Amino acid sequence: MVKKDILKHKLVPDHVVLKKNQIVKVLKAMEVHPEQLPKIKLDDPVVKAIGAKEGDVIKITRNSQTAGKFVSYRLVLG
Amino acid sequence: MDIKKVEKVVKKKKADFPEQLIEDIAEAAERHKLKAAELDELVGNLKKAYERAEVESGEAVGTVAAQSVGEPGTQMTMRTFHYAGVAELNVTLGLPRLIEIVDARKKISTPTMAIYFDEDYAADEEFVRTMANRIGKITLNDILMDFNVNYGSMGLSIEIDEEQVTEKRLDYDEIIKKIEKAFKKVEINKNLLSFEPTISEAKHAIRELRLLADKVRDLQISGIKNIGKVVIRKEGQEWVIHTEGSNLGAVLKMEGVDKTRTTTNDIHEVEKVLGIEAARNAIIHEAQTTMEEQGLTVDVRHIMLVADMMTADGIVKSIGRHGISGEKASVLARASFEETGKHLLRASIRGEVDHLTGIIENIIIGQPIPLGTGSVGVIMKQRE
Repeated sequence: MVKKDILKHKLVPDHVVLKKNQIVKVLKAMEVHPEQLPKIKLDDPVVKAIGAKEGDVIKITRNSQTAGKFVSYRLVLG
Repeated sequence: MDIKKVEKVVKKKKADFPEQLIEDIAEAAERHKLKAAELDELVGNLKKAYERAEVESGEAVGTVAAQSVGEPGTQMTMRTFHYAGVAELNVTLGLPRLIEIVDARKKISTPTMAIYFDEDYAADEEFVRTMANRIGKITLNDILMDFNVNYGSMGLSIEIDEEQVTEKRLDYDEIIKKIEKAFKKVEINKNLLSFEPTISEAKHAIRELRLLADKVRDLQISGIKNIGKVVIRKEGQEWVIHTEGSNLGAVLKMEGVDKTRTTTNDIHEVEKVLGIEAARNAIIHEAQTTMEEQGLTVDVRHIMLVADMMTADGIVKSIGRHGISGEKASVLARASFEETGKHLLRASIRGEVDHLTGIIENIIIGQPIPLGTGSVGVIMKQRE
C-alpha cells in the first residue's frame, strides 16, 4: 500500500500541517500553550504520510456526528 | 437559501455555530421562505437557545459521561447472550465487548474484519471468492482426499484432491512448492505424496511419526497471517468478506480491496495502520454500535469524551489503573482509586508534592472543590 492511501480511509480525518503564523493565531484564540494540545506521535502513520516534523501543530478536521465538521489540533511529539 | 447568506447573518450576530446548524438553518429558511428580517430574528433566537444549551465552564463532564455510560451498562445482561453469530462467525458483544474497548486490550477476544472491494470487483463473485481463499486460512487437511499413517513401514502417504484445489482456486504448483519447503523427506508422485519422519531414536519412532502426521495436516497452504475462517456475504449489490482474526495492514495491501471502507474491530491495529485519529473514530464507532446492538442509546458526546481522553497523548490508553487514572498527577487522587498502599508508599519514597488542584484531593482533606461555582475565586475589594 502506498503511504498516502491511508489518508483516503474513511476512519482518517483530514490532517493539515499548520504554518508558523497560523499556529500563533490558533493558540492565541484558544488561550493555550502548545504543550496543552492533544498529542500525536512522530511515528504515527498519518504524520509520516503528510511529512510533519517534531513540534509541528496539525489541524484535524473531523467529521462529527453532532457538529458536522469539527476542527481540532494536535502537537507532534518527538 | 444560500448557505453563504446564513453564514453572514450568523457572523453579524456574533454567534459561533457549527457547520451542521448553519446548514439546518439554511434549509429551514428555504422551506419557510424567510425574509431577511425573519432570518435575523431566527438566528438571534437560536443564538440564545444555543448558548443556553452549551456546557458551562466548570461542569464535571467526566463524571456525567461516566454515569451516562455506566447506567445503561448495568442494564446489559451479565455474560448471557454476549455472543451472537454473524453468519458462522462469533463476535463478542455487550458488556464484555464494552469493557474490552475501554480497557484498550492489546489482544481482543474476537478480532474480525469487514473487507470491501473496489467498485470494479464488488459485484464479481468469482473474484471475491478467489480473494477469500487467498485471505482465509487453508491447511493441507482441507484439500486431502486420502490420508494414511503406516506404522509398519513408518511412513505417511497422502492424496491431494485436485477437485478441491480447483474449487478453492488454488495453484497446484505453489502448494507443492510450499510442501517441499516445509518437509525435506518427501516424495512426490503427481497427487500422491509420501513423507518420512526424521527418527533420532528408535524408541520415539511412533511419536515422531504421529507428530509428523499432525504437522503435515496443519501445514498452511494459503491465507494471511492471523486470519482464520472467512465468510462471504452479499450485502446489497456487493460481496463482502467477513473474517475471523484480523490483519488490516496486510489486507489493505491487496489488489482490489477497497482501501477506504475495509475495517477491523481491533482498535490497536487501527492505531498502528491508520493512526491515532482513526483509532479515536474506531473507539467511538465500536462503543456506539456495541451499545446500540443491546438496544441502549447513549449520547455520542459522552463516548466522544471517553475517546478523546483515551487518545489525547497520541497513543491509545486504557481507562483505569494502567491508563488514565493511574497517570493522574495527584497522589491522593491515585491512592483513592486503586492500589492505595502502593501509591502512598511510592509517593513518600520519592517525596512527591500534591498541589491539591483536583476534585478528589480536596474532598479528602475537606476543602471546597474546584468544580462549578467552586472553580472561581473571589477577590474582595480592600476597604479604604
